[in-house]
Amino acid sequence: MATLYDRYSSIVYAVALRVLGDTGASEDIVQEVFMQLWRNPGLFDSSRGSLAPWLAVIARNRAIDSLRKRRPETDIADVVVSVESDLAGEAERHRMMDRVRAALASMAAPQRSALEMAYFEGLTHSEIAARTGEPLGTIKTRIRAGLQALRKATG
Amino acid sequence: MNGHHQIAEDLTSYALGSLEGEERAVVEKHLEECAACRRELELARGDMALLALSTAGPSPPRRARQRLMDAIAREPRRAPAPKRGLWWVLVPSLAAAAMAVVAVLFWTQNQALQQKLSSLQRDFAAQQAELQQAREVVATLTAKDAMEATLVAMKTAPQPQGKVMYVRDRASLIFLASNLPHPPSKKMYELWLIPMKGEPMPAGMFMPDAHGSAMVINPPLPPGVEAKAFAITAEPESGSSVPTMPILMMGAGG
Repeated sequence: MATLYDRYSSIVYAVALRVLGDTGASEDIVQEVFMQLWRNPGLFDSSRGSLAPWLAVIARNRAIDSLRKRRPETDIADVVVSVESDLAGEAERHRMMDRVRAALASMAAPQRSALEMAYFEGLTHSEIAARTGEPLGTIKTRIRAGLQALRKATG
Repeated sequence: MNGHHQIAEDLTSYALGSLEGEERAVVEKHLEECAACRRELELARGDMALLALSTAGPSPPRRARQRLMDAIAREPRRAPAPKRGLWWVLVPSLAAAAMAVVAVLFWTQNQALQQKLSSLQRDFAAQQAELQQAREVVATLTAKDAMEATLVAMKTAPQPQGKVMYVRDRASLIFLASNLPHPPSKKMYELWLIPMKGEPMPAGMFMPDAHGSAMVINPPLPPGVEAKAFAITAEPESGSSVPTMPILMMGAGG
């Protein structure tokens, strides 16, 4: 567990911190995620993907739940994450993240910000539409296209 | 059943967790029946994982590790729940043997954790002191009531100036500026890292305060980028991915 923690806690913490912007609350998410793994090591099915992206998704979902003060929505055992690209090693992960950051940087600002509001602030599409004053359809398209661009950049 | 196409549209929202009520139930029902959509959901989550993994940041504080290790030490890992059945009654000795194995596993695990704990505790005091020192530095840097003064040669008007401290391998950057004029309306300043090779990279937006001072601490940058110089431009408030000319301030590393 200590090894897992040393290898992956910074991923969980960085994601939680990005969502919550609060170090104390982010530490709570780290604690919660790793305790769940400890209590129930079968939660993560390694035959269905690698641990880093799975933890990143779980951390994001938990942080959003905490941000929106709602009960955890999905059972984390049901969350299967499939990444086509190779993220197994630290080096591959860094290379891939450079590509993701470059893809994000090359997006038009409204698209990037719609994606970030949906992903890191957990806003629904309608909430984003209300906040930006743009039609719901536009927001939906931007978010879908943004994610597709990410997949293309890293595929 | 709702159209497959419609569901595919909603999968992104579902993966984002932004579907509620009936819409959510419809997607969940469809997912139970449709392997293609389950696969698509897994891929959508994969895209989001990439997005999540792109957040680079500091590691959690050492105390978080300690806290987890303490919690783990208090709570032995649960063995999988035994299946209820006749075998439990018929073969108690087997159960006893299994328990013994589990007990030994717990014991060795516990020993290892104890050792780890005491070594961690030894490190802890030293790290606390180090942390305290680091905190004080950051607190001074970020204190609202800190007095700021820029020292210049006598009989020289204060000039706008900025200072960057950048550690390439940790992608850590601290930028301090003083005497900056207020940017034009609806503009903010943007700091750029100009690498040895490739395009300038955004290294944080900032707005000077009433005294013309500003600060950027650890903007998101990929690690390992060799910097040739740093520059400042005025950009729209939403930020830009390429600098808008003219360059207002620039400095090369030394």
